[in-house]
Amino acid sequence: MARAVTNQRKTVNTVVAWAIGLLIFFPVLWTVLTSFKTEAEAIADPPLFFFFNWTLENYSVVQERSDYMRYLWNSVVIAGCSTLVGIVVAIPAAWSMAFVPSRRTKDVLLWMLSTKMLPAVGVLYPIYLIFIELGLLDTRVGLVIVMMLINLPIIVWMLYTYFREIPGEILEAARMDGAPLRNEIVYVLTPMAVPGIASTVLLNFILAWNEAFWTLNLTAAKAGPLTAFIASYSSPEGLFYAKLSAASTMAIAPILILGWFSQKQLVRGLTFGAVK
Amino acid sequence: MRLKTTICAASALALFAATGAYASSHTTTVTIATVNNGDMIRMQGLTEDFTSRHPDIALEWVTLEENVLRQRVTQDIATKGGQFDVLTIGTYEVPIWGKNGWLVSLNDLPAEWDADDLLPAIRSGLTVDGELYAAPFYGESSMVMYRTDLMKKAGLEMPEAPTWAFIKEAAAAMTDKDGGIYGVCLRGKAGWGENMAFLTATANSFGARWFDEDWKPQFDSEAWSDTLNFYMDLMTEYGPPGASTNGFNENLSLFQQGKCGMWIDATVAASFVTNPKDSTVADSVGFALAPDNGLGRRGNWLWAWSLAIPAGSDATDAAKKFITWATGKGYTELVASKEGWANVPPGTRTSLYQNPAYLEAAPFARMTLNSINAANPTQPTVDPVPYTGVQFVAIPEFAGIATLVGQEFSAALAGQQTVAEALEKAQALTADEMEAAGY
Repeated sequence: MARAVTNQRKTVNTVVAWAIGLLIFFPVLWTVLTSFKTEAEAIADPPLFFFFNWTLENYSVVQERSDYMRYLWNSVVIAGCSTLVGIVVAIPAAWSMAFVPSRRTKDVLLWMLSTKMLPAVGVLYPIYLIFIELGLLDTRVGLVIVMMLINLPIIVWMLYTYFREIPGEILEAARMDGAPLRNEIVYVLTPMAVPGIASTVLLNFILAWNEAFWTLNLTAAKAGPLTAFIASYSSPEGLFYAKLSAASTMAIAPILILGWFSQKQLVRGLTFGAVK
Repeated sequence: MRLKTTICAASALALFAATGAYASSHTTTVTIATVNNGDMIRMQGLTEDFTSRHPDIALEWVTLEENVLRQRVTQDIATKGGQFDVLTIGTYEVPIWGKNGWLVSLNDLPAEWDADDLLPAIRSGLTVDGELYAAPFYGESSMVMYRTDLMKKAGLEMPEAPTWAFIKEAAAAMTDKDGGIYGVCLRGKAGWGENMAFLTATANSFGARWFDEDWKPQFDSEAWSDTLNFYMDLMTEYGPPGASTNGFNENLSLFQQGKCGMWIDATVAASFVTNPKDSTVADSVGFALAPDNGLGRRGNWLWAWSLAIPAGSDATDAAKKFITWATGKGYTELVASKEGWANVPPGTRTSLYQNPAYLEAAPFARMTLNSINAANPTQPTVDPVPYTGVQFVAIPEFAGIATLVGQEFSAALAGQQTVAEALEKAQALTADEMEAAGY
């Protein structure tokens, strides 16, 4: 039986939810607003919210100074390819762990996750040296490999959780009908886990898009994605907050739009299996 | 006839393609790692002048935040990554990296580049054992920037070379906390290039030093105690709230909004605070030399952002051509013709300060030159020291140690510990680190 909720309670809940939502969204809103101000207005005290001389000058300066499309393309390739390769590698791994677990499966899963606990800077030099040897520095291929590897534990974990919700009997039935392993994964398991796979893809795409440590350390002039684009507008000597905000807005806009359109899929996937 | 036309067209196309292929195979790419500041950005916008003179050289830019750039470049040089052909580095790195053999000597730049025209203080900071390892792009010192209107209202007149006692007196007279005006704004944010740059330079004028001639830390000296106590008193009584998190940008913002009576910081700030587009007090800013205590050393620093070539670069000749262009006299004239004399990179060449057009356009020019000339990186302190560098000690360990010391001093400014405790911790941690480093 559902609990009765009074109107007053509903109003309070709504106000609190909106307040928390706005609080979380405020930094993004402020960045977007600042991007339309002059540098002097950006540092004005008291701060100017909506009543200032709206200008597109910062966007035109940023566009003039930087090759935005090149950074954007690098971000798309690095985030997209690393996610796709990661999914292809992770689906069989998660399948085996979910449907044919061994005594050590839990340990393996924990070990995979433990690699995320190591500070990235701890392995920077070995990876940098390997990249020099293999000629992968400042290449998109190199970053795709690194992004895929650092996100792989999360992909496997998420897929494993979704696969565990799928009754093993269905796969067993497919096997009894003579489906080989490949067909069982491709035609039976994958379609049933689409919401989970979709949310995994989206989340990992976002993680790879926002990753800044490796993308700043392993790139120079050619393979830098949008994180490098933003970093190039940070200045310790000189107030360029409005331009930095314009660059940040241009960098987060594609992923915000993607998140906006796919939020249903993302939420559905993330809550998949939460209610039985 | 049709066959002939086809053959001709095909030949022309082949020739065109071959020429293109030849051109691209003979183009040398120079990758330049740089920081995001006004002068560097301006240079990027003017590189067409260079590429039109050198069509066989293509330029690629990597712009990074200062600390990220430092880390990236160090990492690349130490591992021989070969990612960059030209580096933008500071006065701290040049002597250390030059000594390590990480940089290419620039002694053989063409005669018309005129090395003798460089300001002596700047040149000596970039030279190791007679070899010039970096070409200065712009140089800076520190000085007092003050509000002429508030000074007048306080009934005081700023001397050209003030003492610390006068700064305190003026700060007290200009402070109007109810009106949101603070007598003095100084760096408080922790970091070797933040509060420690200011405090090390200030300590020089109080007779303090980082190390004695045997590399023993000197934070237990009376001179350091005087330095830090003076700084704390000044900031606590006349500084803005939350000063322990203020760096260059935060103080620039406060000054531009008219909230600081005085600001002692980099000379490069002069062009920002006098720019009416960004500053609300542009028409009432005066300049003076950094203060002293009559001990023969002023509290100003010396810094130059310079261009250098890493030893692992495979485009050394092209990189030298670029550096010759970017740091030569011709570049100054190019900026002047495109954007006016007030915007040329300051603080590197004597000839610039003999140019009447520049002196007229830049009211801060004379003070910048005097400030740079007042700094002596080879003898920075009152008592003798085994190191060079004015606001830093040119040893590789300094950045790490000074950042830790800066955190202790910043914590004292935030009221989390006393001056005595901060100095005691600074002494202990510096002694430990230096011992571990084998000094």
